[in-house]
Amino acid sequence: MSQHSHAHDHDLAHHHDIHSELPPDPALRVKALESLLTEKGLVDPAAIDAWIEVYESKIGPRNGAKVVAKAWVDPAYKQRLLSDGTKAIGELDFLGRQGQHIVAVENTPDVHNLVVCTLCSCYPLSVLGLPPAWYKSAPYRSRAVIDPRGVLKEFGLELPEHVKIRVWDSTAEVRYLVLPARPAGTEGMSEERLAALVTRDSMIGVGKVSAR
Amino acid sequence: MNGVHDMGGMHGHGPVAPEDEKHEPLWHAPWEARMLGITRSMTYPKGFNIDRFRHIRELMPPHLYLARSYYDHWYAVCVAALLNGGLATKEEIKSGHAAAGSAKRNDAARADQVWTSQKTQGIFTREVATPPQFATGQRVRARNINPTGHTRLPRYVRGKVGVVQIHHGGHVFPDTNAHVQGEAPQHLYTVAFSMRELWGADASARDETCVDLWESYLEPA
Repeated sequence: MSQHSHAHDHDLAHHHDIHSELPPDPALRVKALESLLTEKGLVDPAAIDAWIEVYESKIGPRNGAKVVAKAWVDPAYKQRLLSDGTKAIGELDFLGRQGQHIVAVENTPDVHNLVVCTLCSCYPLSVLGLPPAWYKSAPYRSRAVIDPRGVLKEFGLELPEHVKIRVWDSTAEVRYLVLPARPAGTEGMSEERLAALVTRDSMIGVGKVSAR
Repeated sequence: MNGVHDMGGMHGHGPVAPEDEKHEPLWHAPWEARMLGITRSMTYPKGFNIDRFRHIRELMPPHLYLARSYYDHWYAVCVAALLNGGLATKEEIKSGHAAAGSAKRNDAARADQVWTSQKTQGIFTREVATPPQFATGQRVRARNINPTGHTRLPRYVRGKVGVVQIHHGGHVFPDTNAHVQGEAPQHLYTVAFSMRELWGADASARDETCVDLWESYLEPA
């Protein structure tokens, strides 16, 4: 890195000092920020509303559940999903920001996959929506890679010793989607009914799908 | 940078305490939704990018990083970016109003551009002219480097040996992009490390952690 950018980024860190002069309540600070940016023409409140609408009604774990259910009923799709997740998820038009490059990883009787982002909170938003608060928390980010079995127990999931746990730390722009195991007793169920069984937690790897 | 954000393997943060997904609200307060919308749609300084966003977040003082909630981190990043880029002053941030006589821009992202942004932005694959240096199945060592700037090489894998699982092709290199020094794409690999290699003899002999690492983070092992 050049001397110039070192100096530049020293200033950048310095800008965080403003927080000692601001009110502690984030609601007040965010309201003031929105007013300021609107006055300066740096944000359009209607665009803020539109982004909220995207995450409230267009993008969420139902997208991922449709991918999983399709893979359960269509072996050719499952094969495409596991060999090129991006392309297969693109077939359902679920690619987008924080989910343009996706790898699907399959849970089997011998392997259980668990997704984390230790450095920030990278998450496959385009298929799962906004991450839950615990996914972004220090306890999950710190422990998923060193004590995955202990973390899973806190979700009520105890895996036998012979099952290999594979943790995926999302350090790049590749996003990981867990393809959970199809539960017993769902033979003959429609794709739509199967999708309704698939939980968000199962697609992160902290839960299993049950038949009811 | 070796910051507080690099949390993999730390102890002392307590249990995960998940909320039941059936009952967890999308937002825990209305301001979180506004902050998400601001972050997605506001005008940033020229050359701004997601890696720079992550780096500014890492530059938060550790006590603030640990004490403040996720969307409050986003607030801190947006404010630092605005101040650093000269798009707002400290007084303006504090008052919530534009300084008298300051110019108003008319190029903010519009609501009708949001869905296109959602569908088309965030593609980080790039052509790389050089052939990949590593192949799947090959043993590699994560280099022991400690850059003071942005990096996506977590401390807990530095110096450790793993096996290449996936070659993802060329991806934008965050370590330069975060400092607005260009995308400088490199080959990106997923490398699997055994828990024993990462955490010693007491760790599981069966379990492993896979980490996405750029070519310059790696050396043959």
